Amino acid sequence: MEVINITHSYDPAFVAEVEAESEQNVRLCYQCGNCTAGCPYNFAYDIPVSQIMRLSQTGQKDKVLGCKSIWICATCESCTTRCPNGIDVARIMDVLRHMARRYNYNTVPNVRSFVDAFLDSVEKHGRVFEMGLMANYMTKTRRFWTDADLGRKILPKGKISFKPHRIQGRDEVAKIFERYKEQQR
Amino acid sequence: MSEARTFGYYPGCSGMGTSMEYERSTRAVCEALGIKLVDLEDWSCCGSTPAHTVDHVLSAALSGRNLSIAESMGLDTIITPCPSCLTNLKTATHRMENPAFKQKVDALLDKPANNTVTVKSVLQVIYEDVGPETIRQQVVRPLSGLAVAPYYGCIMNRPPDVMQFDDPENPIAMDEILSALGADVVPFGLKVECCGASHGIAQKDVVTTLSGRLIELAYAENAMAMVAACPLCQMNLDLRQGQINAANKSRYNMPVFYYTQLIGLALGLPEKQLGFDKLAVNPDKVLRAIQEQSHVAQ
Repeated sequence: MEVINITHSYDPAFVAEVEAESEQNVRLCYQCGNCTAGCPYNFAYDIPVSQIMRLSQTGQKDKVLGCKSIWICATCESCTTRCPNGIDVARIMDVLRHMARRYNYNTVPNVRSFVDAFLDSVEKHGRVFEMGLMANYMTKTRRFWTDADLGRKILPKGKISFKPHRIQGRDEVAKIFERYKEQQR
Repeated sequence: MSEARTFGYYPGCSGMGTSMEYERSTRAVCEALGIKLVDLEDWSCCGSTPAHTVDHVLSAALSGRNLSIAESMGLDTIITPCPSCLTNLKTATHRMENPAFKQKVDALLDKPANNTVTVKSVLQVIYEDVGPETIRQQVVRPLSGLAVAPYYGCIMNRPPDVMQFDDPENPIAMDEILSALGADVVPFGLKVECCGASHGIAQKDVVTTLSGRLIELAYAENAMAMVAACPLCQMNLDLRQGQINAANKSRYNMPVFYYTQLIGLALGLPEKQLGFDKLAVNPDKVLRAIQEQSHVAQ
């Protein structure tokens, strides 16, 4: 078992940031383990969600933001629904992803690339353009064979459009992103 | 049928593409059940999971534009078939009750929303406003002999204080509707367990493991088909079933319907409106089994 000496690595600013952005009190977690017990993603995690809660309480910024789990969590809301102390754990996981981006942790690059490709598509067209999203993802990750097997199943069904569904208000949507990016600077 | 109920309608992006059969059957079923849909004019993407993964204010603003459109159209309730759209629109409304949060969202929008719109899923309206008993009376072609596993997906009912619909651990709305259609609903213990969500593209092993588990249980409960209410769940279970088989060395061949397709079928709507031909796993054999049963019953 790994032992962390928290007197040397406790980062109070990190705890405060997590709490402010998530509007949650992480100190309420008493490590019952209910979130981990119900987490469908635990098999794919490097750190279980209850331990992420504990590491967040004890201000272990690098360990938390550098883990894979926060990128693999799909916000299925199992942890939030079952927390006996009413902590919105899924919201904390979301906030940890936000912070990992801000502090340039990129532990599972494919997930980040997918998210970025999706939002690029929304920013550009106002709605998601599935074909364009896949092309963008493959370019970002250089994984050109991604889901090649699905093409022959879906293309004959006419379910994938070769053209984006542009909307009139796409400039309004682009402006939402523009203002957001300005605020981040 | 009493007077038509009118709702604002938010189709969601996947309805224009990978879940077009959900979109078509939803419209057909709503019309048949006396639910009038008024499309949100020039709606935009809610941002889905990627937006809230990046920033909560950005995510709420992408929903906020659509909520604001609904308000300007004088709509008090909007409904959507997609649980991901649903959760974003509802979560945005919920978080914007905090004035400090709403102020940040408003700063990103040309026209901020006033938080006057109620958001519900199409399933909630069919279940609560129409109800299984009324549906039962409209059935012209009972789905007798069709054993189905109802799969709700993870977020339509969770977290309960935001979603305010059905039970967060053991929802029953689809079960009761499917029973009203004459189908046999098998006990399905993974109703709200996650299918792997949008990780199909970036982390395929996550989807083949989690969705594989769902199909395995449906088989174990002797279901002939699964029934989904979410475009992403349906895609993972249906379109990716070949990938699931390859990864798990399984030989599943389980059709995965949208619940609206089955309502439409039982109400006798034209099959071309229901898009069975759009499903990846061919459902013909299962659909024929229902007809044979109905024939025997007559």
